[in-house]
Amino acid sequence: MPAYKLKVNGTDHVVDVDEEMPLLWVLRDVLGLTGTKYGCGIAQCGACTVHIGDTPTRSCSVRVSDVVGQSIRTIEGLSEGTKLHPMQQAWIEIDVAQCGYCQAGQIMSAAALLKQKPNPTDEDIDSAMSGNYCRCGTYNRIRKAIHTAANYHDAMASVEKQV
Amino acid sequence: MSTLDKDVREVAANKLVQAVQAEVQGKYSRRSFLKLTGMAGGGFVLASVLPAIQSDAEDLGSLVGSVELNAFIKVSSDGRITIYSSNPEMGQGIKTALPMIIAEEMGAKWEDVEVLQSEVDAERFGRQGAGGSTTIPRSFDLMRQMGASAREMFIGAASIAMELPRDELKAAESAVSHSSGRSLSFGQLAALAVKQPLPDPGSLEFKDREDYTIIGTSVSGVDNLVIVTGLALFAIDTKVPGMLFGAYEKCPAFGGKAVSANLAEIKKLPGIRDAFLVEGNDNVRELMSGVAIVGTSTWAVFNAKKHLKVEWDESNASKDSWRQLVSTAESLKGQSGDIKVENKGDVDAEFGNKANKTLSGFYEFPFVSHFCLEPMNCTADYKKGLNGAKDTVELWVPTQAPARVFPMTKSMFGLDAEQVTVHQTRLGGSFGRRIFNEYVCEVIQMSRQVGAPVKHTWMREDNMHHDFYRTGGFQELKGSVDAEGKLVAWEKHLIGMSAGGKPVMGAQFRGTEFPFLNLDNVRGTKTMLDIDTPCGPWRAPGANTTAFVVQSFLHELSQAAGRDHMEFLIEIMGEPRWFEPDNIRSLNTGRAVDVIKLAASKAGWGRKMPKGRALGLAFHFCHAAHVAEVAEVSVDKNNKLTVHKVTVAVDVGPIINMSGALSQVEGSVIDGLSTMVGQKITMEKGRIEQSNFHDYQVLRIGAAPELDIHFIQSDFSPTGLGEPALPPLAPAVGNAIYSATGHRVRKMPLTEEGYTV
Repeated sequence: MPAYKLKVNGTDHVVDVDEEMPLLWVLRDVLGLTGTKYGCGIAQCGACTVHIGDTPTRSCSVRVSDVVGQSIRTIEGLSEGTKLHPMQQAWIEIDVAQCGYCQAGQIMSAAALLKQKPNPTDEDIDSAMSGNYCRCGTYNRIRKAIHTAANYHDAMASVEKQV
Repeated sequence: MSTLDKDVREVAANKLVQAVQAEVQGKYSRRSFLKLTGMAGGGFVLASVLPAIQSDAEDLGSLVGSVELNAFIKVSSDGRITIYSSNPEMGQGIKTALPMIIAEEMGAKWEDVEVLQSEVDAERFGRQGAGGSTTIPRSFDLMRQMGASAREMFIGAASIAMELPRDELKAAESAVSHSSGRSLSFGQLAALAVKQPLPDPGSLEFKDREDYTIIGTSVSGVDNLVIVTGLALFAIDTKVPGMLFGAYEKCPAFGGKAVSANLAEIKKLPGIRDAFLVEGNDNVRELMSGVAIVGTSTWAVFNAKKHLKVEWDESNASKDSWRQLVSTAESLKGQSGDIKVENKGDVDAEFGNKANKTLSGFYEFPFVSHFCLEPMNCTADYKKGLNGAKDTVELWVPTQAPARVFPMTKSMFGLDAEQVTVHQTRLGGSFGRRIFNEYVCEVIQMSRQVGAPVKHTWMREDNMHHDFYRTGGFQELKGSVDAEGKLVAWEKHLIGMSAGGKPVMGAQFRGTEFPFLNLDNVRGTKTMLDIDTPCGPWRAPGANTTAFVVQSFLHELSQAAGRDHMEFLIEIMGEPRWFEPDNIRSLNTGRAVDVIKLAASKAGWGRKMPKGRALGLAFHFCHAAHVAEVAEVSVDKNNKLTVHKVTVAVDVGPIINMSGALSQVEGSVIDGLSTMVGQKITMEKGRIEQSNFHDYQVLRIGAAPELDIHFIQSDFSPTGLGEPALPPLAPAVGNAIYSATGHRVRKMPLTEEGYTV
């Protein structure tokens, strides 16, 4: 089996796996990064969402051989440096999770949206989050948490300007 | 602004990152001790992170001189309070709610509390299941006792230490204090408190509701930090050294047996260690015949499963056909069933009375799946006993019923309870599915065979094909309203599913069902259709379909009578009383009227709406909860449906965690809507026809309505909220569709009635 070089959460890894193995299972079973979840295996539910570059991607449907050399970020690497990501803080403040299983995927999609649109509207949210199922039905709190995170963002920016 | 307190955030986040790294490197236990403070005021919520070393993880006592006041509470000398949550957490919020009750009675400050999932031990923790929205009502008094008993021990200790009489001392904010200003913290008192006699449970006094400082507030879930950072928490995240990965293939027609398979070919596939036939015991709740595959990654075994060629013996397998069930049921239209349920007064006289308006409606509802997002899975580490020692197995199980694992491992594998260790994990959804734990037997079989720990995961397709489904079925209702528009007669014929002649879960029909006890002329009958497709509890069993039928048909009758639906419904309730005398878990008509009026008034019942837009109302009582919902719905000319808003009024007595209670209602409404809009399981030749989310539709975020939720916090003791807010949603939406369009929805899901969302 070939060895593939992967860059995950800023760390280089060499994995010796079948070229067909989806990124999801490399993360979970080979690298032990179990924050990224298996839900459907056919890119319908979004539980396996990670960032490849800045793009939210369903890791169940991307082969390991197709992401060599690209920057991969998972939920474990979302805290930037020493700071919790604003989306993670907002998720706790709004108490979004019920069972919690889909939430890593939700947060990864939401974080990608915030990077692209720092002040998303409800329509932006509905569109960016439409690929993520929540079986427990936390959708209303997801919307609220994304707006909350956008507000943190604004407030941080204004403080940083003053400093 | 506290959210911008950079120092706090950096310190906390630093610790978090260390914990994450430690977790990833596998140096520390899955149980890194993470703690959250409350969510009040939008403040930053991460308080401290303290990773625990693996070997100490099971025993907090060895960490910092902590003492155990009872099975649920440990207090350490540095003031940390550990509360064990004993029941399974599946998203219903019990892991936060139960400790809140203990902390309240104890006089603990919530910020000092950290919550751990307890081990499974009936002697220490009592009943540890979850289901039927019963955990809060069953545990409320026990949790209060545990908390109050710890409080009395602290007060006893303080009384000795301060040389003051007990009745002058008060426990609050994790300390015992005196009016003179003297005070000792729980941490300071811990060592002495543990030496105090255990109070007699009968002597304990509980706090008055107006003195609560924790119960009734909004507390962010105790696992939230772990969830949002992706740390391992679910059974599917289990890591055991040397672990292999498993998958299991069963006959697509229920009950078929594996005769042979291309095992030699499968064993040659990349990453496959073993593949073998399993005979099983033909019990769908334990171990069905199939093919086990074990390999070095989940992907390897999933991939191998796709290459499997199995010869099945289907001579005793299910031949169920949904189309056949529909056609049988339709042939029974207009008839009564052969099984009598209730017969009171003279229904036929009212139906034949020309002064009455009499109508009937035939309703159909499909089978549906649980589709928990965390698939069925289990990790087992089966160890052969050496030198005459007994074999042991350690299990990481997502289950609603941990106690059921032991009889199963005994009967299937001959293991006594002391040979079996069950770790209960957080469940990635359950909704009734994980009451049954057949995946436990499947994985023990694999781990024993290969001599290594195995993590067994079901593919999504396995979850769709081998569920214990919410039963589908049919109900025909007939009713009369008199010249004054009053409901005077009611008949119901349930055409429901049975297994071996017994009604499946969700197909029960009793003469106490609403509105049988409210009327003088009622008749209930049923016809049972025997099936082999396994059925089981699915969020609010029975209620989740009966509410749709009964509350829709009541609306039909109110409209035929030209009455306002709300007034019609309230009139049926009659005088405030317990529906079944002396049963305080039965419907209380006063509580029912109160929630109906509240939901209606908050939703602006009776206001003028534009064409194609309307309000729909429904009420349902189940799980000792009274719930009314009003849906505001519009339907455009292409039958595109928009549910703008759902207003909910609930009476389950006092609320424990306001944030968690709101979550349960929000989730129930969305789940109810998602189910009624597009979900349907069908079977032909005994095989389930749906396989994954491309052919089983789940509501996405854009269709989630605005929610307006109100609680009537009556003085009755608190009851559970995981289920009862789901049943009224479907009839509320269906009634609104009728009022908006004139089209009566008598069949679910809505997509089959020509609607889109």
